[in-house]
Amino acid sequence: MIPALDILLIVALLWLARQALVARDLFKGVVLFIAFGLLLALAWVRLRAPDIALAEAAIGSGLTGALFLSTLGRLRRMEREAGQAEPPPEDGRRGGWTGGFLTAAGTVLVTALLGWAVWALPAGAPGLGDAVQARLGESGVSHRVTAVLLNFRAYDTLLEVGVLLVAIVAVWAVARADFPFVTRNAEAGSVPPQQTALVNLLVPVMLVVAGYLLWIGATAPGGAFQAGAVLGGAGVLLLLSRPHWAVLPERRWMRTGLAAGLLVFLGVGLALVIAGRRLLEYPAGWAGALILLIEAAVTLSIGLTLTLLFLGGRPAAGDPAPTMTHTNQQP
Amino acid sequence: MTATTLYALAGIALFGLGLHALIVRAHLVARILALNVMGAGVFMFLIAVAARNETPDPVPHALVLTGIVVAVSATALALVLALRVQAVRGRAGLAEEESPDA
Repeated sequence: MIPALDILLIVALLWLARQALVARDLFKGVVLFIAFGLLLALAWVRLRAPDIALAEAAIGSGLTGALFLSTLGRLRRMEREAGQAEPPPEDGRRGGWTGGFLTAAGTVLVTALLGWAVWALPAGAPGLGDAVQARLGESGVSHRVTAVLLNFRAYDTLLEVGVLLVAIVAVWAVARADFPFVTRNAEAGSVPPQQTALVNLLVPVMLVVAGYLLWIGATAPGGAFQAGAVLGGAGVLLLLSRPHWAVLPERRWMRTGLAAGLLVFLGVGLALVIAGRRLLEYPAGWAGALILLIEAAVTLSIGLTLTLLFLGGRPAAGDPAPTMTHTNQQP
Repeated sequence: MTATTLYALAGIALFGLGLHALIVRAHLVARILALNVMGAGVFMFLIAVAARNETPDPVPHALVLTGIVVAVSATALALVLALRVQAVRGRAGLAEEESPDA
């Protein structure tokens, strides 16, 4: 017997996804997608994956939604500047009815085959849970997901931190930050006082929450990804409320911060290689401390990367940054 | 049928919904949205399979956690590229889908 809540949740998720994807108005689609992300976080809780739920709530719906919304704002502005009164109509039936039918039939076929494969999965496959449990005592942490992320499969996480750095480098290579529509009030210093008050209240709380998540990750759901996501959220809130030069650190600190996660991670790995061990093979007794060191650096880098990804480009050197006044990035 | 099987099938359905939109939508932002829904479907499948055991398998959890962070950074890059396409071509669509001299 499947609980009614799960059925309701799944129906709502599928309906929201469908509505988000067919909406001709992209703004409507993005708002529905954000709602979809929030419900998805609930589904992760139902599937006993609290780590994922935490990350999804902060990143999947929050930051991804913010990225989409600021992109739409920029697109509209570009269309206005190009003299397009309204966005050019999007042809939803390219290839005519035959093409539409073939696309639908092909998609249904692929989905049905995948669904059949899921249905035919052997029940009672043990997975790797027992293997993780057996060596958990040696991992330096007692939370299983953190043990996998930063010890058993630390290699994957190292590469993933590298992917984040590559993403921000690529974004900076493609575009200069042009301060999106959504931050224009912040850049002009004309943010409503209610927003300023709210952000002044929220950001310190978010910093404490991030610190807590980072620390608790050793023993309970939490860790560098969730903490970094909360930091990124705080960064985006600050960018929406203050001129960017009052939020972002100086250029060299910004670049150091972006690379810190990868550098510390690699540094620990290489130091262990020099000490005659394998890459990221922590010595007994040191694992917990090394994991915390790596996680702290990764948290900082993820937070800064997500904040700067929201800016959508490289903050240029020539931006009006009164360098004498930005002594502190926190309120 | 158990709840986890239903979630796994829902993940596949989300993947299918996203795949269809990826093909039929022309606007690049709509396509990036479709890719995100497809990703959510894959994540849901992995987490549902992990939840079949007495204590959930932590390895797919770690996989999805890194996947979410990679997905958001890839989305950010894709959106910036879509804006470049809009700036260069005057519309956020791909070249081969329009008449040659449009």
